[in-house]
Amino acid sequence: MKRVLFILPVIAFAGLAAFLGFGLTQDPKELPSQLIDRPLPEFVLPGITDAPGGGPGLASASFKGEPRLLNVWASWCAACPQEHPVLERIAAEGFPVYGIAWKDKPEDSRAFLARYGDPYSGMGSDFPGRTAIDLGVTGAPETFVVDKKGRVRFKQIGPISPEVWEGQIRPLMQKLRAEA
Amino acid sequence: MKRALLALALMLATPAAAVLPDEMLPDAAQEARARAISKDLRCVVCQNQSIDDSDAPLARDLRVLVREQIARGSSDAEVRDYVVARYGNFVLLKPPMEGDTLLLWLGPFAILLLGGAGLIFWQRRKPVATPDATPLTEAERAELDRLAGPQD
Repeated sequence: MKRVLFILPVIAFAGLAAFLGFGLTQDPKELPSQLIDRPLPEFVLPGITDAPGGGPGLASASFKGEPRLLNVWASWCAACPQEHPVLERIAAEGFPVYGIAWKDKPEDSRAFLARYGDPYSGMGSDFPGRTAIDLGVTGAPETFVVDKKGRVRFKQIGPISPEVWEGQIRPLMQKLRAEA
Repeated sequence: MKRALLALALMLATPAAAVLPDEMLPDAAQEARARAISKDLRCVVCQNQSIDDSDAPLARDLRVLVREQIARGSSDAEVRDYVVARYGNFVLLKPPMEGDTLLLWLGPFAILLLGGAGLIFWQRRKPVATPDATPLTEAERAELDRLAGPQD
């Protein structure tokens, strides 16, 4: 008994050190999204074409009926060219990817898509960055998984790697497709 | 003299706020409120700066947003809640006391209490006085004298 009491502070300290040490391995950049299981915030964004007003854009109201990905990206974003082939593959596999060009001039967004290809089923331009704030975006790229009812179910911070797509997002999309 | 002046200048230097003149509200009282709120909001890009300090574009957007809300007549709490609803409590540089921050707020006091309790416990357990020693026998005293050598 005495021995247990004597060693208790040591055990308590080891526990605390392990707990805090684990905290150090977490990436503080990855803020948990406030939107999980909540409806996509409302937005109506202009498009990125050179037509007056940007042409057909993207509205939150259209996120209904089938699960979709909403990718927040920008031509100035360093990791976006790296993520781009994965987005093209996702689109080729038949999963719709929609985009929001964040704080990006429409002509720059267009140039990016002309250079790397355009996997997006729809694109909105958020040059003022207000929609991104409503989405709780902290950097580009970030991708939201939106279910059939327009609720956010998952948020990927940073580029979608092939591993993340195959291991996490694709299984989730398949599950959401099967949902009523 | 020059050195002293330089030292003085460096001592008096304060970090410049990132707020640009075009962001400021015309009403000084409202601007002061916006500054106070901005100082408590974390820049989610640079994390250890407030949006009042940060040059990041997202911090600027948030500063403008805070000012828009104030100009629209929102209270300080409403403005904070608006940002927290989007970015979570992490965005507050001083996190509120809630379920998941209890450890943060109460942890140090808990450790102090436990340590104090432990200290008192160990102090109490120490034997208060050693039991009375049996006095030396004549033979032992003689032996001791012999070992200690001749005394004057």
